[in-house]
Amino acid sequence: MDITFDHVSFTYQAGTPFEGDGLKDVSATIKDGSYTAIIGHTGSGKSTLLQHLNALLKPTAGTVSIGDFQITSETSNKNLKPLRQKVGMVFQFAENQLFEQTVAKDIAFGPKNFGVPEDEALALAKRMVELVGLPQSVLEQSPFDLSGGQMRRVAIAGVLAMQPEVLVLDEPTAGLDPAGRAEMMAMFAKLHDTEHLTIVLVTHQMDDVADYADHVLVMAQGALIKQGTPREVFADTDWLRANSLGLPKTAAMAERLAQRGFHFDPLPLTAEELATQLLPQIGGGAHE
Amino acid sequence: MNKLLLGRYLPGDSWLHKLDPRTKLMASFYYIAIIFLANNWQSYLMMFVATMIMVAASKIRLGFFMRGVRPMLWLILFTVALQVFFTKGGAVYWSWGWLAITQYGLTNGAFIFMRFVLIIFVSTLLTLTTPPLALADAVESLLHPLRKIGVPVTELALVLQIALRFVPTLMDQTTKIMNAQRARGVDFGSGNLFQQMKAVVPLLIPLFVDSFGIAEDLATAMDARGYQGGDGRTKYRILQYHPRDVYAGGWMVILTLGLVFLRA
Repeated sequence: MDITFDHVSFTYQAGTPFEGDGLKDVSATIKDGSYTAIIGHTGSGKSTLLQHLNALLKPTAGTVSIGDFQITSETSNKNLKPLRQKVGMVFQFAENQLFEQTVAKDIAFGPKNFGVPEDEALALAKRMVELVGLPQSVLEQSPFDLSGGQMRRVAIAGVLAMQPEVLVLDEPTAGLDPAGRAEMMAMFAKLHDTEHLTIVLVTHQMDDVADYADHVLVMAQGALIKQGTPREVFADTDWLRANSLGLPKTAAMAERLAQRGFHFDPLPLTAEELATQLLPQIGGGAHE
Repeated sequence: MNKLLLGRYLPGDSWLHKLDPRTKLMASFYYIAIIFLANNWQSYLMMFVATMIMVAASKIRLGFFMRGVRPMLWLILFTVALQVFFTKGGAVYWSWGWLAITQYGLTNGAFIFMRFVLIIFVSTLLTLTTPPLALADAVESLLHPLRKIGVPVTELALVLQIALRFVPTLMDQTTKIMNAQRARGVDFGSGNLFQQMKAVVPLLIPLFVDSFGIAEDLATAMDARGYQGGDGRTKYRILQYHPRDVYAGGWMVILTLGLVFLRA
């Protein structure tokens, strides 16, 4: 299911003095099965862009095509359920959406809204709890008795239980400890590889972009200012700095080594690439 | 969540914006009191013109005031209908059983309608030109004398200020949670009454949980910064009357005299 933005603009509170630009003439395609990262400052329009992916917001001008759905400013709010089932959204601090008496019921809430019978939904809950790395024992607990990290996992399980084709993640690891972060990012990568989910990730972690994404959209002040593969986007380090975007740690390290006379081509983005390129230069043997 | 206009402040630099919030608060209450003096078309016309002058002085588009009327429309229409159908006297234009539309009924209905609209315009004017926190300051300052008889004015003002401060925060949070639940297939505002009530549960519970969290955090933050209650605290924003506040008072006196002179 490809998602295409065709000259999409969005204005907040049109017609009031609070009017503000959300998006300015954005055209981009998120390919079926891709792992797309969206980066940019706070307030650059990333979240606004995300909310167009399942018609929570509708463009003021232009068209968003999501599979067979065409969303324009005229699209009615009815009949959007099939679309929302296909595009699962994990919002920032997703644990805030939990409300049910038990974890199982909360995870089953989404699928039930989309017409899955209760017993099947609860079976899904069981599977999803395992998928997000929680023990089965939490199923009958109240979600409010869990730790913050566990609550986040339950919320993500609740979205996965809808069995979406596209998984949209808005800073899913914000506020988690490093171990939790790594585990969660690995889980998303697994879903992408094994279940062939299309993943859209909004993040400030350039390392995650370098490690996982195959396509990057760079937003600034509501406009799409660059797109391409992580290698293309991270190639121009001066441009990145001018737009106050960081480099992945490995790329930053390689850049500093380059100032000391080392040579890298292309700029390594992952630890492995860095090691492979560095080894011959420091006189290490061919590594087996 | 952007429909709520009552309590919405529009930043600006008009004469009315600069007026002391205490003056605006008192003048608004005073205006609402004296509009009950109007009892014929001359006096209503004068109040209408006076209100339009104040609206113009705020430099805010009339549309904002119209939107303030909209949520009250059913209440207004209901009251006007009661007046029209149940006031007896003068020429009878139409009657059916005990219902009748009479001359007095129509004029009374028109007056009530006018009174409603003007009161809403003036209270909207107050909230559009005054930041909520300035209003809370004004309330505190005006109620200050009550401290002598043991009313905890500063604490009440703090409660009011905190409540006002968190209105936008909670509205934001509401939008976020609504979005999250809509993404999980909830339809807000569709279906029958029972379905709609059920749809609110996934919104309200997270909102309550969140509010308690915010309240706890705020209490901790206040404790950490040594807050220990109201009396004797100095203020950052000090309210001070200016000549323009006297002019505003003068304007109210002129309106009162005009009403006394014009009313039947």
